[in-house]
Amino acid sequence: MADCTESKIDIRGTEVHLRQGGSGEPMLFLHGASGVAGWIPTFQSLSESHDLMVPDHPTYGLSDEPEWLDNMDDLAMFYLDFLDHMDLDGVHLVGNSLGGWLAMEIAVRNCTRLKSLTLVGSAGIRIAGKPIADIFMMDPDDLVRAIFVDQSFADNILNMELTEEQVDIQIRNRVATARLGWQPRLFNPNLRKWLHRITLPTHVIWGDTDKIVDPVYADEFGKIIAGSKVTMIEEAGHLPHVEQSGPFVDAVSGFLQANAA
Amino acid sequence: MKAFMFHLMPYASLDMVERDKHPSAWITLPNSLYDPKVGHELYNRYLDELEFAAEVGFDGVAVNEHHQNAYGLMPSPVVMASSLARRTENCKLAILGNAFALREHPLTLAEEHAMIDCITGGRLITGFVRGIGAEFYSLAANPTFSHERHMEAHDLVIRAWTETGPFAFEGKHYHFEYVNMWPRPYQEPHPPIWCPSLGSTETIEWAAHPERKYVYTQNYSPFSNVCKFLDQYRQVAASQYGYEASSDQIGWTAPVYIADTDEQAVEEATEHMEALFNKFLYLPFEQLFPPGYMSVESYKRVAAHKRNITGGAKMETLIENGVILVGSPETVRKKIIECHKVLGFGTFVALLHFGTLPADKTERNIRLFSEEVLPAIQPLGEKEYRGFEPTQVAAE
Repeated sequence: MADCTESKIDIRGTEVHLRQGGSGEPMLFLHGASGVAGWIPTFQSLSESHDLMVPDHPTYGLSDEPEWLDNMDDLAMFYLDFLDHMDLDGVHLVGNSLGGWLAMEIAVRNCTRLKSLTLVGSAGIRIAGKPIADIFMMDPDDLVRAIFVDQSFADNILNMELTEEQVDIQIRNRVATARLGWQPRLFNPNLRKWLHRITLPTHVIWGDTDKIVDPVYADEFGKIIAGSKVTMIEEAGHLPHVEQSGPFVDAVSGFLQANAA
Repeated sequence: MKAFMFHLMPYASLDMVERDKHPSAWITLPNSLYDPKVGHELYNRYLDELEFAAEVGFDGVAVNEHHQNAYGLMPSPVVMASSLARRTENCKLAILGNAFALREHPLTLAEEHAMIDCITGGRLITGFVRGIGAEFYSLAANPTFSHERHMEAHDLVIRAWTETGPFAFEGKHYHFEYVNMWPRPYQEPHPPIWCPSLGSTETIEWAAHPERKYVYTQNYSPFSNVCKFLDQYRQVAASQYGYEASSDQIGWTAPVYIADTDEQAVEEATEHMEALFNKFLYLPFEQLFPPGYMSVESYKRVAAHKRNITGGAKMETLIENGVILVGSPETVRKKIIECHKVLGFGTFVALLHFGTLPADKTERNIRLFSEEVLPAIQPLGEKEYRGFEPTQVAAE
């Protein structure tokens, strides 16, 4: 079975574009800096065993650009509203990159509607001397190349003919990411102090060749978040769920089955 | 017309071979390429040049702010204006400008401007700028808030200069329990405010507002854009706000080089002018336009012309497009007078040192401008302005 439905959900006056597919326990995927590139094979696979929801964050993609969104705190509180509005319980929260940072900000505030946390190449904290790549300073083409190990993924993206709407979305996504993560660069200096609030089964997944957020961060999260498991995906960069769909889905499913109780 | 000499104070001794190993002369150009002993010489030479301009009859001298770069060594133009305050007597000191909103505490700058205004007995001109894209990397300021912070910092500074304190300033980005400025500025209600720009409808609409009537100056632009934006100021004043803008409200800034003949001027200036545009000023797109610095629409428009913005500038093209004025005294004089007929700008700001131009040529440039050009342009006023006709420009 398959394919997703797309709809607009109104959360306290802010419309969010939501892709949703499959059935099972609810899973919420929080995208990273560059937004959502459609219903990718990984989403299709995950939706075979879950009710998978992939929203565009406010200001990103096809969602509204609300005036109230100034920082990551605002976005985390918004997603708590989202969970209430959808009346979701036992949610498996998955976040990639900036979305991983967001997932942690949500979880330290309130875990009651959550069942597990999966961080994929996550931003959000800083290890001294190991900055996240400056995705704002980099030439956008170089950035796409740095994201993937297998350059055929980069070629596909760089050779795409974009519609006017897609160009607008790219620019808006970039602005939204700068708003949330320009200063300090893609982390919250206070987050590390409160990560002990995360009491969920936590899975840290990383591409072994991530050039955006160095894999040393995987070990760091593994150490800080009590009882978490770290999985390295071979021959993957910053988006292991895109580049190594099979191994990624196996890792996610394996962890969730092992923790199903 | 009022004529100003503007100085960028570049690190003119930059090792260009090393420079070319880096994307630009900004943000990440290693400061090992800066020699403080050379800096000592350059700062004092540049200040001498501005003091010389003040002595030989310019109405004012101008400095500005840039951070972590070799293009302009004035992270604090306040320091330079302070130094000039006691070394000049009658001329205006124009800070063009200070980026108030790059600071967490814009009030410290407002205090410093008030001090200079008091020391000089009201000779300060305050430029309000947002800062160019590179500053947002260098000072770790979020470009997506730059516009609203710029507006808020402006309101804070104007209120601090004009309202009786103490009062509380309750903004989104700035919150001060006790605003009570000691000293207040010398000029009533406050120093004149200028808005230097590369061309922005938003800035023009804001500056031309009847509550402000700030001076808008067009910088570094092909003459067609100088026409477009300076005329736009008059149009906005008339159609949007219902008043006739005076020539005092608009200005033009351009690099200028004068020698005895046109040929000599071109020959002497080419290397140094091209260094200004291609070595010092050049910025890769991402450094010049960080995300959120401009609206999505402007960003798309600029991105479409990405390769034409900076880099690879040629002397002939710069002259042909009217970005710079280079030639004999007569050529430069005629050009400014002709342009004034078309646009009626009340201020001309001449960048008489640029790039790697050596001291002797800079001094002669200043002297020739003062002897051969100033006497002809300073008397120009409203009566010489013929009114803007777009066809005139198209024909040129």
